[in-house]
Amino acid sequence: MAKVLMKGNEVIAEAAVQANCKYYFGYPITPQSELVAYMAKRLPEVGGLFLQAESEVAAINMVYGAAAAGVRVMTSSSSPGISLKQEGISYMVGSELPAVVVNVVRGGPGLGTIQPAQSDYFQAVKGGGHGDYQIPVLAPATLQEIVDLMQDAFDIADKYRTPVYLLGDGMLGQMMEPVEFKERPAIELPEKDWAATGTRGDGGPRIVNSLRLDPADLEEHNNHLQAKYKKILENEVRYENYMTDDADYILVAYGTVSRIAKNALQKARSKGIKVGMIRPISLWPFPEKAFHETRDKVKGYLTVEMSAGQMVEDVRLCVEGHAPVHFYGRTGGMVPSQEEILKKIVEMAGGEL
Amino acid sequence: MEIVFEKTKGLTDTPTHYCPGCTHGIIHRLVAEVLEEMDVLEDAVGVASVGCSVLSYEYFNTDMVQAAHGRAPAVATGIKRVLPNNRIVYTYQGDGDLASIGMAEIVHAAARGEKITVIFVNNAIYGMTGGQMAPTSLLGQKTATSPFGRDINVQGAPIRISELLSTLDGAAYIERVSSHDVPNIIKAKKAIRKAFETQKQGLGFSLVEILSTCPTNWGLDPNESLDWVKEAMVPVYPLGVYKDITKEEK
Ligand SMILES: Cc1ncc(C[n+]2csc(CCOP(=O)(O)OP(=O)(O)O)c2C)c(N)n1
Repeated sequence: MAKVLMKGNEVIAEAAVQANCKYYFGYPITPQSELVAYMAKRLPEVGGLFLQAESEVAAINMVYGAAAAGVRVMTSSSSPGISLKQEGISYMVGSELPAVVVNVVRGGPGLGTIQPAQSDYFQAVKGGGHGDYQIPVLAPATLQEIVDLMQDAFDIADKYRTPVYLLGDGMLGQMMEPVEFKERPAIELPEKDWAATGTRGDGGPRIVNSLRLDPADLEEHNNHLQAKYKKILENEVRYENYMTDDADYILVAYGTVSRIAKNALQKARSKGIKVGMIRPISLWPFPEKAFHETRDKVKGYLTVEMSAGQMVEDVRLCVEGHAPVHFYGRTGGMVPSQEEILKKIVEMAGGEL
Repeated sequence: MEIVFEKTKGLTDTPTHYCPGCTHGIIHRLVAEVLEEMDVLEDAVGVASVGCSVLSYEYFNTDMVQAAHGRAPAVATGIKRVLPNNRIVYTYQGDGDLASIGMAEIVHAAARGEKITVIFVNNAIYGMTGGQMAPTSLLGQKTATSPFGRDINVQGAPIRISELLSTLDGAAYIERVSSHDVPNIIKAKKAIRKAFETQKQGLGFSLVEILSTCPTNWGLDPNESLDWVKEAMVPVYPLGVYKDITKEEK
């Protein structure tokens, strides 16, 4: 297929359709409304269903029902709406239901702003709703990477019976870039022999449920979830190492910020500072190995985020004091500039601009 | 030996946990008998809500999905919309679940004309959490959270769900029945049958509101509870058909 020029939010939607997702339930919110509108037009073309819910609460529960009935399904929103979905996501985890939840993050807290942010990192990677759980989180940096990761997101959801987040930001949602939708062979996935489909002769009744009143029973279920997370940690880590081989300093950034950081990195290199970058693509599971391999070789890390410092906590947990970990962030919808990042790199290297 | 009575196949053999004198059990049986008589037990997916009936997923002999508090109509929407048309999807909800926390979901499911059947059990109280005020509690009714009696100036007046939902065009069949004596229980079963038939014919949203007892939290014995439904609840919640689109189109 040839390259087409598309807007980020539309790419997210089309990538889901290409990943064979035919069902979408959602509620409008900026900056991801184009995604909702695209689905409304597109899904009927593939014999699927788009339904505008009365709220994000209803939308995630419709997703819960559709997933319980065994279909590939997704929802999307932006930060305030994702907060409303947390109860439903926790129930999906408890009932082990697969779905993809897209968060096109905007600045908070509260109604905040419609400008891009990365301030929902904690919510995404540290659980978010109630209970002991993790959600796999994929964070694309380009529109092409959205296409490539969307299929993975659905496959991970089905393989491990878990909701999966695709985390973007307002910039990614609104930008336009050429993308190519490549045909990908489907991977082998477990049969959904647990789904409540009301099918005659399937050996039912089947029950989809997250209630376990007996604490011993619930502990066993939690142990089962934790064992699943261990497998995800082993198999689903994704990251990019960029010019880290000879690096004295390493930038850490994900999503759109990593693109700005890359430009700053080139400028720093032209000044003779050997900088590399670790770009986590899966935010959970976090790419621990990338840090274990570099932490005794480098003089320091600089984490750059559109937040007051969230991912930097995970970086510190991985570096474990082997090297200094610096932070630079802008918040509230402000985007860090190349120049600001460069200044921080030079400072870290003990020099002056 | 000739079998003169058999338990419906619509219920599993799991003993229910309901209190003596609570009519959840009777209502379960009515729903189960109707599904069996319509021969749709294996085509049905039920949605259990949060309340005393949360464990209904262990009692109904159909596929079951447990939903978050109040969200059963949204969950049922997701199920019904993605499965083949012949599937029967129903929710079983209490009055706290449906008329308080889940008010948005029930109104919009009805407004969209979701082809689901809602079994709405109105016992004028929150049973499971220990007898707090429900949106359906009567004026003057003493509960754990209205210890001086429900006061119209403080907690407002009871919400009449059947009347409210029947104003929506998407609602195809809505009836309020009671479980306080045998003639009413027989009527309740007919209403439940009609509601499921409405769904089967693809006519739209159907709901049966069933007035029910909660002896434990009302502080009454089982017989007094049945009397209280008849004498205190029925006057506030008049029984009858509130919406039937098959009767309207002439
Ligand atoms: C989000 C949330 N809030 C509160 C509760 C606690 N809770 C459980 S059941 C219930 C009330 C149920 O009452 P009702 O729907 O009238 O059913 P009944 O128990 O009377 O049959 C409440 C408030 C909960 N489980 N989840």
